[in-house]
Amino acid sequence: MQTSVVYPKRQLGIRGRAIAGKVITYALLLLLSISFVLPFLWMVSTSLKLSQDVFTYPPSFFPNSFEWTNYPRGWRVLPFNTFLINSLIVTLANVAGNILSCSLVAFGFARLNGRGRNILFLLLLATLMIPREVTIIPRFLMFSAAGLTNTLWPLVLPAWFGYAFFIFLLRQFFMGIPLDLDHSARIDGANNWQILTQIILPLSQPALASVAIFAFIGNWSNLLDPLIYLRSTELYTLALGLNLFRGQNFTQFNLLMAVSIITLIPVLLMFFFSQKLFVQGVSLTGMGGR
Amino acid sequence: MTNAQPTPITTPPKGKPKLGGMARKEERSFYLFILPWIIGFLLFDAGAIIASFGISFTNWSALSAPSYVGTLNYSRLIADSVFYKAMGNSLYYGLGSVGLGTIVSFLLALLLNQNVWGMSLFRTIFYLPSVVSGIAVAILWIMILHQDFGLINSFLAWFGIKGPGWLVQPQWAMPSLILMSLWSAGGSMVIYLAGLQSVPTHLYEAAEIDGADTFQKFWTVTVPMMSPVILYNLIVGFIASIQGFVTVYVMTNGGPANATLVYGLYIYRTAFINFQMGYASALAWVLLVVIILITVVQFIVARYWVYYEGDLKS
Repeated sequence: MQTSVVYPKRQLGIRGRAIAGKVITYALLLLLSISFVLPFLWMVSTSLKLSQDVFTYPPSFFPNSFEWTNYPRGWRVLPFNTFLINSLIVTLANVAGNILSCSLVAFGFARLNGRGRNILFLLLLATLMIPREVTIIPRFLMFSAAGLTNTLWPLVLPAWFGYAFFIFLLRQFFMGIPLDLDHSARIDGANNWQILTQIILPLSQPALASVAIFAFIGNWSNLLDPLIYLRSTELYTLALGLNLFRGQNFTQFNLLMAVSIITLIPVLLMFFFSQKLFVQGVSLTGMGGR
Repeated sequence: MTNAQPTPITTPPKGKPKLGGMARKEERSFYLFILPWIIGFLLFDAGAIIASFGISFTNWSALSAPSYVGTLNYSRLIADSVFYKAMGNSLYYGLGSVGLGTIVSFLLALLLNQNVWGMSLFRTIFYLPSVVSGIAVAILWIMILHQDFGLINSFLAWFGIKGPGWLVQPQWAMPSLILMSLWSAGGSMVIYLAGLQSVPTHLYEAAEIDGADTFQKFWTVTVPMMSPVILYNLIVGFIASIQGFVTVYVMTNGGPANATLVYGLYIYRTAFINFQMGYASALAWVLLVVIILITVVQFIVARYWVYYEGDLKS
């Protein structure tokens, strides 16, 4: 680029540098994209291989034949239908509980005054810093004393008492809704509940959808709580079932990958259909969602 | 702690100090609306932390009644070599994954912030891996990191390099997990990208007028403006990484030779495999204190490198 001495010299130098910069940028992006996508492709490829083709040296990236039956075969090794239903129950109950409880609490913090509100809000944010390991033992002992271990209740109940991250996200969103709307509704005789359900919530659909998505994904892939609370196989969630499958069939990576992919499908679908909401939720709070 | 939030926390106008009838009614509603969280807080957070502290002074198998043992659990902890190993492993993982992760995600965000064509496609590609997490991904990475048949070692073999036994050699196991964590860098990347896009362009223009080149603009505009977001990510990322253990549980279960026995896994084993609730609670409390200390240190250090707009700083 330095050699092309054409008038005006300086301007072209800049443009040449800009072009070089663009080339480097795209080369980097392409290279990085490939390395970010490759694990997914490897996963799909493995799930379609014959058992004996999984461990060949050197490994072949493409399957010799497409063994689509790996998917139903893997799915039938364990009662994955039951696991799927359990996962759906737990996840949807968490989503519903989080939406309801976090909307209420966020509305309180965003729209209502009361002594101690700021301190309580700080406490709320501070709970995000508590390591799970500190609370998980007393929680377990509590649920155990209540006779609720080896049921789905410990996985579902906490969501109905709010979660700081979602409360924060919703509060930030609610506060962006003009107060005038509340005032005019109040003049028309609306109470707080009506203002929340008929004005704030309908206007907050993107934020509510973000909460729903984050709650869904977080609970769908949760392994720690099912691992601690569930003993009977018929109560296992998909994540825990997959863990069991891994323990039993460690060499059948093709089946393991097939089932893994199936468990990821809801998350992937959700991501592709609502990527905007993900990004919105992230930029609204500056937090990653986990 | 809250002033590290990248989004300013604006507070609605405060109520009058003396409460009239209306205000009192409003206060009642306020407490009514936040009641679910208050109950949850007392039960699952504050109550649990206090209970955990109490349990740490007992010997409790969760099957029989607890017995008070004084500070025995804490003196046992001081003499427990696995405790130091686990703490060291977690700090190693935390520093490695958060340090490298910050660099990678920031670089990705910078690349995407250059008005590149297909930006949303690239963003999707980088972001996607951070969305899928948990056991399915852990199993995938067991395969990718496999010594003989894995993706990485077959790639290295192209260049005639014989890759190590990533997950089976003690010195490579932790670097493998850190490497794997970089695949999820897209999560913070999205946050950085949103931050980069909100840096006012007039700052860059002003810097250009002053004759700043690209690197100077980066160090004098981009980095200071982004520093609160970076700080926030460092703190949250570190807390998350120091307590995460599911990936490790699935991939190595702490091995080889305790090389990946992270702190969370040690607590899990102590509490739910060996049923030593008292000792596990002591371990958990030490973790809480360590996390608070690290967070405080991060805030103190932050005074020297984090820039807050509207801050009067010399």
